Amino acid sequence: MFSYLLRRLILVLPVAFGVSVICFLLVQIAPGDPLTAIMPVDATAEEQAAMRAAYGLDKPLPVQYAIWVGNLAQGDMGRSIATGRPVAGEVFGAVQNSLLLAVSAAVIAFPIGIFLGFLAGYFRDSALDKAVTAVSIAGVSVPNYWLGIVLVIIFSVNLGWLPSMGAGPGGSRDWSWNWEHMRHLVLPAVTLAVVPIGIVSRTVRALSGDILSMDFVQALYAKGMTRFDVLIHVGRNAAATALSVMGLQLGYLLGGSILIETVFNWPGSGFLLSNAIFQRDLPLLQGTILVLALFFVAMNLIVDVAQAAIDPRIKRS
Amino acid sequence: MTDKLLEIDHLTVRFKGARTIHAINDLSLSLGEGETLALLGESGSGKSVTLKALLRLLPPKRTEIEGDIRVGGTDILRLSGRSLQRYRGGDVSMVFQEPALALDPVYTVGAQIAETVMRHKGVSRSEAMEVALDMLKRVKIPSPERRLQNYPHELSGGMRQRVMIALALACRPRLLLADEPTTALDATVQIQILLLLRELQKEFGMGVIFVTHDIGVAVEISERIAVMYAGQIVEEGTTREIIKDPRHPYTRGLLAANLHDVARGERLAAIPGAPPALETRPASCSFAPRCALAGPDCRAGLPPVVTPAPRRRVACLRADEAVPAE
Ligand SMILES: Nc1ncnc2c1ncn2[C@@H]1O[C@H](COP(=O)(O)OP(=O)(O)OP(=O)(O)O)[C@@H](O)[C@H]1O
Ligand code: SF4
Ligand SMILES: [Mg+2]
Repeated sequence: MFSYLLRRLILVLPVAFGVSVICFLLVQIAPGDPLTAIMPVDATAEEQAAMRAAYGLDKPLPVQYAIWVGNLAQGDMGRSIATGRPVAGEVFGAVQNSLLLAVSAAVIAFPIGIFLGFLAGYFRDSALDKAVTAVSIAGVSVPNYWLGIVLVIIFSVNLGWLPSMGAGPGGSRDWSWNWEHMRHLVLPAVTLAVVPIGIVSRTVRALSGDILSMDFVQALYAKGMTRFDVLIHVGRNAAATALSVMGLQLGYLLGGSILIETVFNWPGSGFLLSNAIFQRDLPLLQGTILVLALFFVAMNLIVDVAQAAIDPRIKRS
Repeated sequence: MTDKLLEIDHLTVRFKGARTIHAINDLSLSLGEGETLALLGESGSGKSVTLKALLRLLPPKRTEIEGDIRVGGTDILRLSGRSLQRYRGGDVSMVFQEPALALDPVYTVGAQIAETVMRHKGVSRSEAMEVALDMLKRVKIPSPERRLQNYPHELSGGMRQRVMIALALACRPRLLLADEPTTALDATVQIQILLLLRELQKEFGMGVIFVTHDIGVAVEISERIAVMYAGQIVEEGTTREIIKDPRHPYTRGLLAANLHDVARGERLAAIPGAPPALETRPASCSFAPRCALAGPDCRAGLPPVVTPAPRRRVACLRADEAVPAE
């Protein structure tokens, strides 16, 4: 197991390298000169050159890359062009908020998805199964930003039960663990949970249905096991696949919540990303994408290792 | 009759669905303590369904079961809940045809044997593991300590079937049901498994019903043979009686086609024609369409059951006629 872990870690290095190169090149490829945004329009050629040298933009690309990575290693991602604040702080704050939202959505979605999926798989082709199928297809196909707006209209505008904007009172950007803040989490987390409920329940339905129709289930009953014992066996057989689907879903929730974060004004990475794009804030864009991409890579690694740890059929040597 | 291990009386099993399948039709069978019986018949004759009915493994919603099954006097068809769990794997256990499919792929073989022992004997996990280890030794698996920690996919087919047998016998059942336990294995491994089963039967003294469509295997393993056709037992007797003096034309056909192959344990060669569809409950002899001796009387009603000797029976109108010279 340990050598497997080590091998997987080594395999991740080139991926991480590729990700960082792409993020680095993003700024170079982006149309327009990054300096034009911060330079006065009437700056002279000398002033431009001086600025260029100050930002290290006159050096060859590989050198610039090395400097950039060196800075990254020290937690320095440059400064935001729009606000002048360090990118690292902005990104980590936003990623934390997004992670909070993503994990909350997952905490809602995964148990519900597993429960519904298992019921549907256990009572395959029954009315219950058809109902679950309808729910999960609806969950996957309804555009969730639209659903978010509908929920806002119902619960914020009409009923006035829950706030709809920001991560805290007055649209605050800072999180803390009290009800005043947590109220703000409810609507976006529920909205975000709808798609993974659909996907997880479909997956678990297929998995548990397949496993329950396998011969060993009958053999378990034949040796005197209870329904509950059989349920545990089914769960352990389904765990590896279900886990990988859920790990991927968590990744999507983190990176794919741009629309939801915009609808709810949630100060997360998606929100930051859309701001960075509209303001052509390249260092901020670069930093956000890098952190999200590395998170994806790490998530994949965790899923793979966890899968190998719980499923003996996956080759570990 | 009360000292019988197993008594099946007038068992009828129907599967409902788009079409009703009359899988078992008025089947009666009895087995004494420690007796070995081979259930012999073509594919689809209802051998597996009989065993599954015995363990109550048939899907309850789609299955209609009538008749009476008693094991040691207990009415099996009325068991439910805990008493059914105690019965399954405790009094009666089963070895399946495909050990690769009948074992849970993500549990070690040790854990799978141990969980059965824990269920039935209420012992701790470590004691159950001791039992599992002992069982692996008894089924002659090399380096059993290490094998306990193996997953099914890490074992060969023969090893897996040994594990399956160890599992089935771990709680010392009074009756072992073996559903074609060697069909999925290589010829040499088949023989080893057969010898092992015969040895373990002597050692533990349990009754065995051994399902096969291989008459050579049936002769090798069992004292008695019951021949099944279309969900009925058409002939029953001791192995010697069946081999030396087959009365039912179907049994005769099986033997004539195979006697010279028995020693090599080859599969049954087909008798011309195919078994009947089971869509209706038979009202006359099911074998008539394939039978050389069939006459109008055979198609008029169910053939009588002739009993030429104690515990010997033949369901055929011409059971007493001289065997045609061949
Ligand atoms: N769960 C079920 N639902 C519907 N029909 C079934 C079911 N199980 C078995 N049957 C049908 O019952 C009949 C007898 O099947 P069974 O499995 O007992 O045959 P078998 O004698 O064991 O044959 P084989 O040698 O191929 O294993 C077959 O026609 C089969 O299609
Ligand atoms: S009853 Fe008639 S048809 Fe049936 S097996 Fe006997 S001889 Fe053949
Ligand atoms: Mg069968």
